[in-house]
Amino acid sequence: MGKIEKDPITGQYTTGHQWNGIRELRTPVPTWWMLVWIASIAFAVVYVFLLPSIPLGDRTTAGATGYTARLTLEARLEDVRAEREAQGALLADVELADIAADPELSVLAFNGGRSAFGVNCIQCHGAGGGGQIGQFPSLIDDDWLWGGTLDDIWFSITHGIRNETLDARFSLMPAYGDFYEQDDIGHLADYVLALNPSSAEHATRDQLPGHEIYQLECTACHGENGLGDPIFGAPNLSDAVWLYGGEREELVAQITNPQMGVMPAFGERLDEATIKMLTIYVHSLGGGEGSEAETASLD
Amino acid sequence: MSAQAATASADASPQTQPLTYADDAIRLFTLGTVAWAFIGMTAGVFIAAQLAFPWLNFHEWINFGRFRPVHTSGVILGFGGNALLATSFYVVQRTCQTRLFGPQWFHIAMFWSFQLVLLAAAASYLLGYTQSKEYAEPEWFFDIIITLWWVAYLVIFVGTLIRRKEPHIYVANWFFLAFILAVAMLHTVNNVSIPVSLLSAHSYSVYSGVQSAMIQWWYGHNMVGFFLTAGFIGIMYYFVPKQAERPIYSYRLSIVHFWALIFLYIWAGPHHLHYTALPDWAQTLGVVFSVMLWMPSWGGMVNGIMTLSGAWHKLRTDPIMRFLVVSVAFYGMSTFEGPLMSIKEVNALSHYTDWTVGHVHSGALGWVAFIAFGAVYYLVPRLWRRNLHSVALIEVHFWLASIGILLYITAMRVSGITQGLMWRTYDENGFLLYTFSDTVAMLSPYYITRLLGGILFVAGVVVMAYNIVRTITGPLVARTSSPAAAASPEAGLTPAE
Repeated sequence: MGKIEKDPITGQYTTGHQWNGIRELRTPVPTWWMLVWIASIAFAVVYVFLLPSIPLGDRTTAGATGYTARLTLEARLEDVRAEREAQGALLADVELADIAADPELSVLAFNGGRSAFGVNCIQCHGAGGGGQIGQFPSLIDDDWLWGGTLDDIWFSITHGIRNETLDARFSLMPAYGDFYEQDDIGHLADYVLALNPSSAEHATRDQLPGHEIYQLECTACHGENGLGDPIFGAPNLSDAVWLYGGEREELVAQITNPQMGVMPAFGERLDEATIKMLTIYVHSLGGGEGSEAETASLD
Repeated sequence: MSAQAATASADASPQTQPLTYADDAIRLFTLGTVAWAFIGMTAGVFIAAQLAFPWLNFHEWINFGRFRPVHTSGVILGFGGNALLATSFYVVQRTCQTRLFGPQWFHIAMFWSFQLVLLAAAASYLLGYTQSKEYAEPEWFFDIIITLWWVAYLVIFVGTLIRRKEPHIYVANWFFLAFILAVAMLHTVNNVSIPVSLLSAHSYSVYSGVQSAMIQWWYGHNMVGFFLTAGFIGIMYYFVPKQAERPIYSYRLSIVHFWALIFLYIWAGPHHLHYTALPDWAQTLGVVFSVMLWMPSWGGMVNGIMTLSGAWHKLRTDPIMRFLVVSVAFYGMSTFEGPLMSIKEVNALSHYTDWTVGHVHSGALGWVAFIAFGAVYYLVPRLWRRNLHSVALIEVHFWLASIGILLYITAMRVSGITQGLMWRTYDENGFLLYTFSDTVAMLSPYYITRLLGGILFVAGVVVMAYNIVRTITGPLVARTSSPAAAASPEAGLTPAE
């Protein structure tokens, strides 16, 4: 127990107690501190008055604003639903090509498609649509397994690829490892590599040992010159784009026991308008092809 | 050890019998504080590195999900817990002018059992044993041991208070006692669970759904409020006036803000669950109690900082004082930001973003760690009766830690607010402009900056550990000069050289 002293620096008196040398001043509680605290309590009172706050068994006091989180969320969702419906109505009876040609509708479809792509597509095709080598095709190049016109893309998104739905795009490449020796498959891979016009053996590829097997087994889908056919989802073998890798051993593996991509039927998950938007967006990514009529007119 | 334990205080009231303090366990807890600062913060640096470079999640035992509680438990319970034990045992003896209740061997057993449980719990997280409750990860069998341990702590503390020689209980002890009692209640209620079977290490919480979330955040928020705030305010109330050699600014303010703080804090937990299934009224409760808590929190800051009236010059020369005062300033910043973030409209932007992480760490690194560092630097020369090895190294520690904090919290606030804004950015047609992966890719440079900040902070801890080892292994200060040396803050500042 000490004695009450005046602190020369602050001019305040001590309380008279001391603990191991620590004394305390009797400084009053600062006025600004008290006022701000009272203001914060006033804020609390107003907040309690405005919002649901006091529990009364199975309900609470309502609050002057009538706010509840649940109703607010429902109202917001309703707004979004109404906006989406209006946007869907704008796109409903318009052909894809006309949407793409319309300055306002194309922006709407592009924005909606970008947003839907970010939710539904980037998991496989990547944030920019670049795909993943060895797994999922790029959507930003000119190589289209199942066709790159607006209608082709719309069909692929709606029905998907090699899934269990009835209208899905479907094809199967046989596992040639079951029918041919590895040597023959190696020769076939050499031949496929020579299909590329920049290959040194391109001009003389008929003399390659794989020529005969290619003619027998591969031309039906991939064509005489390996240009592929979107009807069968058969890739172009004469360019430098290889989903499952373009090295000789990768070709051998693919011929021996082919990998074939699968895609869900988004028609089962998304509404018509969203699929149209996705179509416009994917078509715009860089590799979209014109319709056959347009292509013909260009020629 | 026993010779050093008999360190009498020079300022002690006249005693008929020479007073000796039971300081053996306090020395151990002080060392434990430094050790767990290193362990817990290094674990933090590692998980920060995992966020910046995800390939570091290369094994199930050390993946982010399992390693994160090693960091949080390591710093909160390991570092913070050891600091609270060391300081509360030290302060309660000095301010009650009595010896710590119970035999010394028991205090020492308390220390080793605490470390054992901390290490075993950390190992159990890595092996996949967790209640999945934040800051309450240890499984049911640990919880029982912790409960018994905590009761022993309460008995020692209250036992010491009861046989005090001072007529009044000093404010630091109010806060320590509030912290011990509140944590006892929080731990018991939040951990009620039923083991899957008698021999199973796993358990089910008795709470489910939104009740479970509410109980958990009542616990989580008040671990911050009582473990990391009330307890550390107790530290502040002893070491700031001691180091400043000034009386406490306002006894009246200490009474008002103590009762206001402990009454208001306990209700603020629902602000962790805004815009969830939690009923609206509970969310309102969380907002209003958090806002009303602002000034009671600042009462501690005002009392800490204003105690320096007449001693401001010490900030220039005394890095221990600087640790203590900057700590209180960070406390003020965090306790302003907290009520702000608890308002639902602000929370709508900040919640689930790195802003929360920045907020927590400005409190954890700035307030909790800095005041603990200041206390450790104060305690070591007195507990071991040696002069500090190097004051310059305390300066080095201070600046490493300060730059580390700044890098950490600015990176997290910028990334957090950017994250929150990206999540709610719509284009002219009302579609979300950014994908979630866009927002994740954006974070990378901030995560690297945060990692750098963490590395600097740990570097400061390494400097402290070196300084303290050199101090402890340095020459003993002669007994004749020891009472004066132990009592004067300057004595602790004299380099050994």
